[in-house]
Amino acid sequence: MRLLALLLLLFSPALMAVVETYHFDDDEKRDRYQTFVEELRCPKCQNQNLAGSNSPIAKDLRRELHRLLEEGRDDEQVVEYMVSRYGEFVLYRPRFNPETAVLWLAPMIFLALGLALVAMVFRRQKKPAGAATETLNDNEKKALNDILKDQDVGDTNG
Amino acid sequence: MQRLKLFLPLITFAAIAIFFYTMVSRIDQGEYNPQDLPSALINKPFPSFSLAKLEDLTVSLQQKDLLGNITLVNVWATWCPSCHVEHGYLNYLFSEKDMIIVGVNYKDKAPAAQRWLQTKGNPYRFNIFDPDGILGLDLGVTGAPETYVLDHRGFVRFRYQGPLNEMVWQDKFQALIEQLQQEQLAYNGRGSR
Repeated sequence: MRLLALLLLLFSPALMAVVETYHFDDDEKRDRYQTFVEELRCPKCQNQNLAGSNSPIAKDLRRELHRLLEEGRDDEQVVEYMVSRYGEFVLYRPRFNPETAVLWLAPMIFLALGLALVAMVFRRQKKPAGAATETLNDNEKKALNDILKDQDVGDTNG
Repeated sequence: MQRLKLFLPLITFAAIAIFFYTMVSRIDQGEYNPQDLPSALINKPFPSFSLAKLEDLTVSLQQKDLLGNITLVNVWATWCPSCHVEHGYLNYLFSEKDMIIVGVNYKDKAPAAQRWLQTKGNPYRFNIFDPDGILGLDLGVTGAPETYVLDHRGFVRFRYQGPLNEMVWQDKFQALIEQLQQEQLAYNGRGSR
């Protein structure tokens, strides 16, 4: 039983995901590396980030990322390096430009549309309720009372 | 009007359903592949490199060796199953359609790759030997096979991911190659005047 647990630990997917380890001069670079492998997308396996992918291309990109950081490139240069080769696609948080504008603005547009719709529905609902009491003229009131009276009589009889 | 509003959710649902149905059928027919990535190199020059020639590892190849002709740059490797499938069609493109094809032997071992060319035929004008995938990285290669179309100036005009065959060629390459040939003719005409 203990052996099984050990085996399960050894072959857990979390451990299998990233096989290689990189040495960094300082902790700040290691942190940046961690952020990048979380936020850069593997170009081959589209719903995984670099950290979670076993594909050769993700491995290459991790190696390049390590190299770039060790060379002292800043974040902007690293992003530029990746985007110039694999396109905006590699960024899980794409930069704002005409191509990605729809991605960024669509949620806000939909939210605005939704709010407008809600506002419209509320205004519409209020109006008929108020209008109904006002438009009942004397004749109508009398008719209504008659109906109600009829019903009372009917109820007591029945 | 009021009646129509009741049907609004149904109409919205129908519109979304039609949209998804057309997407799925386009994927089925191979018109659209959600896995395809637009290459970041389109309309940019082929990246510079300096790598050995597979046929003779002492010879070094550069970016300038790709200039002057409309060229297909085909990324391949002996470990890639689709490349086996594709190779016959590359031979056909070379012998029957007179295409200039340059190979990028991607993350491969030289002896195995050389043997491959001997046994399966060699449609390539030459092969760039890229064992570490350095050029592949600069090209934005995500896997083999991939095929890039270069115009006579050495600019990347199109990238196709996956094995080539007659259907793909008719669909995605034919018209582009003709257009590039026109461009080259126009350019040469202007140069000689």
